[in-house]
Amino acid sequence: MSGVHVSTTVNGDATEYVCHPGETLLDVLRNRLGLTGAKEGCGTGDCGACSVTVDGSLVCSCLVLGAEMEGREVNTVEGLADGGTLHPLQDKFIEHAALQCGICTPGFLVAAKALLDRNPDPTEQEIRYALAGNLCRCTGYDKIVHAVDAAAKEVRKQQKAAKKASGKKRR
Amino acid sequence: MRYESPTTTREAAALLAKAKGKAFVLAGGTDLLVRMKSGLIDPELIVDIKRIPATQSITKTAAGFRIGASVPGTQVGASAALKKAWPGVVEATNLIGSDQVQGRCTMVGNLCNASPAADSVPALVAAGAKVAIVGPQGRRTLAVEKVVVGPGKTSLTKGEIVESITLPKRPPKSGDAYLRLIPRTEMDIAVVSAGVSLTLGPKGVIKAARVALGAVAPTVVLVPDAAKAIIGSKLGPEALAELTAACEAACNPIDDKRGTVEYRTEVAGVLARRAAKIAYERAGGK
Ligand SMILES: Cc1cc2nc3c(=O)[nH]c(=O)nc-3n(C[C@H](O)[C@H](O)[C@H](O)COP(=O)(O)OP(=O)(O)OC[C@H]3O[C@@H](n4cnc5c(N)ncnc54)[C@H](O)[C@@H]3O)c2cc1C
Ligand code: FES
Ligand code: FES
Repeated sequence: MSGVHVSTTVNGDATEYVCHPGETLLDVLRNRLGLTGAKEGCGTGDCGACSVTVDGSLVCSCLVLGAEMEGREVNTVEGLADGGTLHPLQDKFIEHAALQCGICTPGFLVAAKALLDRNPDPTEQEIRYALAGNLCRCTGYDKIVHAVDAAAKEVRKQQKAAKKASGKKRR
Repeated sequence: MRYESPTTTREAAALLAKAKGKAFVLAGGTDLLVRMKSGLIDPELIVDIKRIPATQSITKTAAGFRIGASVPGTQVGASAALKKAWPGVVEATNLIGSDQVQGRCTMVGNLCNASPAADSVPALVAAGAKVAIVGPQGRRTLAVEKVVVGPGKTSLTKGEIVESITLPKRPPKSGDAYLRLIPRTEMDIAVVSAGVSLTLGPKGVIKAARVALGAVAPTVVLVPDAAKAIIGSKLGPEALAELTAACEAACNPIDDKRGTVEYRTEVAGVLARRAAKIAYERAGGK
C-alpha cells in the first residue's frame, strides 16, 4: 500500500503528513498529528464527536479521508481557544456544567462554533437543529443548549465592543 | 487501495474504466465511507471528483439550473435563485442528515447510492430532472428516474460518472414540494416520502404535474396516474381522492418495524396530498 503525501493547514499551521489512502481524517488528526480532541464515537457519521471544519464547513472527520485534505484548511477544537484565553463557548460550557464525561464536548464545541459563525443570534430551536448531529449520552442536552445560548450572547457582546473600539480608532 | 483526485471528468472516467478491481466515485463520502468502514465494500480505487471544476458549481443555463455532482447540501441551501425556482428540491436536499452531513452530501451521491428512501430523489423525479453522464464512450443524458434500477443498483456502466444534474427551466406559476415521514424531527430515514411538482394554467387549473413516491417500492417511483388525477383540476376533494387512490395503488413497500405495508401505503397517499397542496399554493393557486 503506497502512502499519500498531503500538505494542508491545520488550525492555521502549515502541516504535512503521509497517510494510507483509506485512512480517515479523524485517524490522521488523532494518530499522526497528535490532535486527540476530536473523538470517535461511532465512526459512521451519527454522533458528531469527530466534528471539525474543512474550508469553513462543518463535517464529520470520520467520514472524510485524510488524502482529501491537500491544500485545504482544517480547524479542530484545539484551535478554538486563543492561546490561554478560552472561547466564550468553552467558558459557558464550564459555567453551565454542559458536560459530564466529556466525550461529546469537542464535537459540540466545534458544531456550536460553526453555528455562531453563521448565525450569532440563534433561537433555541435553531440551536437544537444545528446540534442535531451531535449526540450526548450524559447531559440530557438542556445544559448544552443553555451554554450555547449564553455563549452567543457573549460573542455578540464582544463583537459589539470590538466594533466600538475600531470605530473610535478610525476617528 | 488507491486514491485519485483528477481535475477533469474524462480523466476520472478513464481511471474508473481502467481499474482492475472494484472502483468507486467519491463525492461527499457520507454513504461510501460508511460502507467501506463496515466492510460491505473493499475498493481497489477511489476517484474523488471534488477537484473537477465542472462538478463544483450551481449555474443558471438556458436549459434551467445545472448543479454539479460535487456540490454539497449546504451550497444547495445557500442558492437563493435555486430555492426560489425549486423550493421542494432544495428542502428535500437539506433534509439529508445533520449539518455535518450537509457539509459533504451531494444530490448525485444521494441518487447513485440508490436507496429507495433517498430524500432528494422523489423531489428530483417530480421535477423532471436529468443527469449528464460522462463515460469512456462519451456523454449521454438520462432522466433521473432511469438512473436507479433497484436497491443499491444503478444503470451506470463501468467508468460512467454523473457530472451534473439539470433541473428544467421553470414556467411561470409553478411550484414543487417534498414531504417525508420520520418518527422524529431530524436524523432519520424516510418511512414514506412524496414529491410533487406542478404548473398552473389559467384560473388556477393545473396544466402539468409530476408525482413521485419514496420508500414504498424497491426504487423511487414516478406515478403518472397520480399526476393525471390532478391535471385539469383545482385540487378539489375529488381530484385529491383520485390522487390518493393512484398513490396507494403504486405502493409496493416492505413490511418492517418502521412501518407496516398498510401504514406505508396509507401514509403515501396522505403525504402526496399534502405535498400537492403545498406545491399548488407555491404556484400561486388558491
Ligand atoms: C449520519 C447520516 C445521516 C444521513 N441521513 C440521510 C437522510 O436523512 N436522507 C438521505 O436521503 N440520506 C441520508 N444519509 C445518506 C447520505 O448522506 C446521502 O445519501 C448523501 O446524499 C450521499 O451523498 P455523498 O455525496 O456523500 O455520496 P458518496 O458517499 O460520495 O457516494 C454515494 C454512492 O454514489 C456513488 N457516486 C457518488 N457520486 C457519483 C457520481 N457523480 N457519479 C457516479 N456515482 C457516484 C458513489 O460511488 C457511492 O456508491 C445519511 C448519511 C449519514 C452518514
Ligand atoms: S465518530 Fe464521526 S460521527 Fe461519530
Ligand atoms: S458528556 Fe458524556 S456524552 Fe456528552
